[in-house]
Amino acid sequence: MRSTPPPAPPRRHGPAGRWRVQAAAWGFCAPLAAYLFLFYAYPLYRNLDLSLRDYTVRSFVQGGAPFSGLANYRKVTSDPTFLPALGHTVLFTVASIAVQFGFGMALAVFFHRHFRLSTILRALFLVPWLLPLIVSASTWSWMLNSESGVVNSVLHGLGIAGVHWLTSPGWSLASVTLANIWIGIPFNLVILHSGLQAIPADINEAAALDGATGWQVFRFITFPLLRPVSAITLLLGLIYTLKVFDIIWVMTRGGPSDSSTTFATWSYRLGFGNLLPAFGPGAAVGNLLILVALVLGLLYIRVQHRQDAA
Amino acid sequence: MQTSPLWRRTVAALAAVALAGGLAACSSSTSPNNSGSASGTFTVWDPYPQFDDASAWVQLLKKCGTDAGVTVKRTAFDTTDLTGKVLLAAQQGNAPDVLIVDNPVVSTLAEGGVLTSTDDNKIDTSSFLPNLLGAGQSGGKTYGVPIGANTLALYYNKQVLTDAAVDPSAIKDWPSLTAALAKVKAAGKKGITFSAIGTEEGTFQALPWFWGAGAKLTQLDSPQAVAALSLWVDWLKQGYAPNSVINNTQTTSWQEFATGQYAFAENGTWQLGNAKKAGFEYGILAIPAQNGGTAPAPTGGEFVTVPVQKQTARYGTTQKLVSCLASPDNLYATDTTLSYVAPVKSVQDKQITANPELKVWVDAVAVAKGRTGENLGTKYPKISEPLWTAVQGALSGARTPQAALSAAQQTASSATR
Repeated sequence: MRSTPPPAPPRRHGPAGRWRVQAAAWGFCAPLAAYLFLFYAYPLYRNLDLSLRDYTVRSFVQGGAPFSGLANYRKVTSDPTFLPALGHTVLFTVASIAVQFGFGMALAVFFHRHFRLSTILRALFLVPWLLPLIVSASTWSWMLNSESGVVNSVLHGLGIAGVHWLTSPGWSLASVTLANIWIGIPFNLVILHSGLQAIPADINEAAALDGATGWQVFRFITFPLLRPVSAITLLLGLIYTLKVFDIIWVMTRGGPSDSSTTFATWSYRLGFGNLLPAFGPGAAVGNLLILVALVLGLLYIRVQHRQDAA
Repeated sequence: MQTSPLWRRTVAALAAVALAGGLAACSSSTSPNNSGSASGTFTVWDPYPQFDDASAWVQLLKKCGTDAGVTVKRTAFDTTDLTGKVLLAAQQGNAPDVLIVDNPVVSTLAEGGVLTSTDDNKIDTSSFLPNLLGAGQSGGKTYGVPIGANTLALYYNKQVLTDAAVDPSAIKDWPSLTAALAKVKAAGKKGITFSAIGTEEGTFQALPWFWGAGAKLTQLDSPQAVAALSLWVDWLKQGYAPNSVINNTQTTSWQEFATGQYAFAENGTWQLGNAKKAGFEYGILAIPAQNGGTAPAPTGGEFVTVPVQKQTARYGTTQKLVSCLASPDNLYATDTTLSYVAPVKSVQDKQITANPELKVWVDAVAVAKGRTGENLGTKYPKISEPLWTAVQGALSGARTPQAALSAAQQTASSATR
């Protein structure tokens, strides 16, 4: 702010003028750069550093933990929890996103028709999004409780044997995925709905005049035109779902016996969930998670680049 | 978008991806709750989030601060979060002045050089009962004083037992307890609830049975340990205990008992206040050992400790604060609020005089064992996690008790080597 703008646009930048413009450009960049450094680059660096050292409680506090290379990563990948956690993370993420996106798209198309009460109904669908995660997760865990939960008592009423939703290794992952899908639908609905509103109405009209059925309109007009919005919805959903922690932790603590442990809950459990924190391995798991998200992010950029070029 | 240079998009992608790293990034963030620099303000961290600023506990903290001529700034944490928070704060050099922390953590924090011993903080420990003070001792030094103690016993619902024709005084060992559960189930009620969640609470609740069978924490796969775990697994299979115990915290387990449908609940001293509100007649039974007698239960309860500060001049005032919190009158008030057994004999006597039903708890605390005892110290957390994992594995049917405990012993022995 201190630098005053040049009184009139100079016809040609001299070396000094060019430097001034450059400096101003960097000056405007600086707050963003500082922000990115402080809140993204430095924590990432610290996390990387944490994962490459052999920390004990003493060396964590006093400093001087020896550099141990990839030992934490080797430890984590050879841990018996690794493969199940990887599998659960993939299953949880893919199932959540596929169903959320499907439901979100269906609801967005449905609400795009603007019927009576559609605004109120749409607002109701946003409720899961507005509730604090801890409230949603606690409510789900109460509903799915095998002794006193409402879901099992309904099943009993219908003459079906109850299911140990949260306490049997076969069901716990499905239960937390179900809860996560419920929470994620509004996000997909909102973004896809706003994407739909950006599609000019006359395209649909033209298609209708040409005799296209509702399905054909969706398949050949709506869906292709929504592709950029869909891509960003899926990517954001992916990043969001990869790091889901609260729901799982509140509902099952990743258990029983690791049956609903994902990388996110495992990382937390290593770092914070024990009397004796294992920060190094915890950070290593966190970094693996970041790496996955980074690869997917770059993939997204590549896909978008190709779309833009086309 | 088409014209923006690649690096800018890469930065954007990195930023988006960093969202995913939020969790991981937590591990290097510092706690904003503690400024530490203001000399007139002393910080206290405790694991009692159930108490708000209007509670007697916080009022006591404030009063002790005023008496020592300083302002007390108090922050409450969930007990499972506290250790990590303290370690991070200590790393950044802004640990609280007074830390109230679960007793099995004390030896770990002391090992990390986070806590001052009584050599430095000059806190008088002479009046505290030795078996309780033991959890705060390591390498011949004492790192704090207990604020109170609790342990586990069996609460029972008198009406449910009467209806099932069970005489609680006849329950002396595991077979008689299991027989009582069978009768209760036959009478149409539910047997017993406990907490076998995959956290320290799960191990805490398993230990009376584990120790009651004669098992040792150094040998998780002994036949005695398998017998203890098999007892629980069998209860679940027979329907004497609900499947929900696998996810029960001690609080949710208590809520099950409070429905009045259960004959027994394994729970702690701190539920006494709620027991009075439950609306039915209850009794308390010591947890039986496998072949009769009382099983040693683990001691619970927190320690008041003094973390290391850069400005050692602060210890003088901190000592005044701690002495105030640990004075007999204030211990009596605090332990009454928390429903704990006092760690000092004279205060225990006062508690029994005021409330005779505490006698069973005072006796139980007298024979209870510290979890970090038997020279386990900082090894305890590395044994406790495999143990609760084994309990979860066996109760959920993922593994047999023997297989689960063998795996636990393998994990524990490689972690403590």
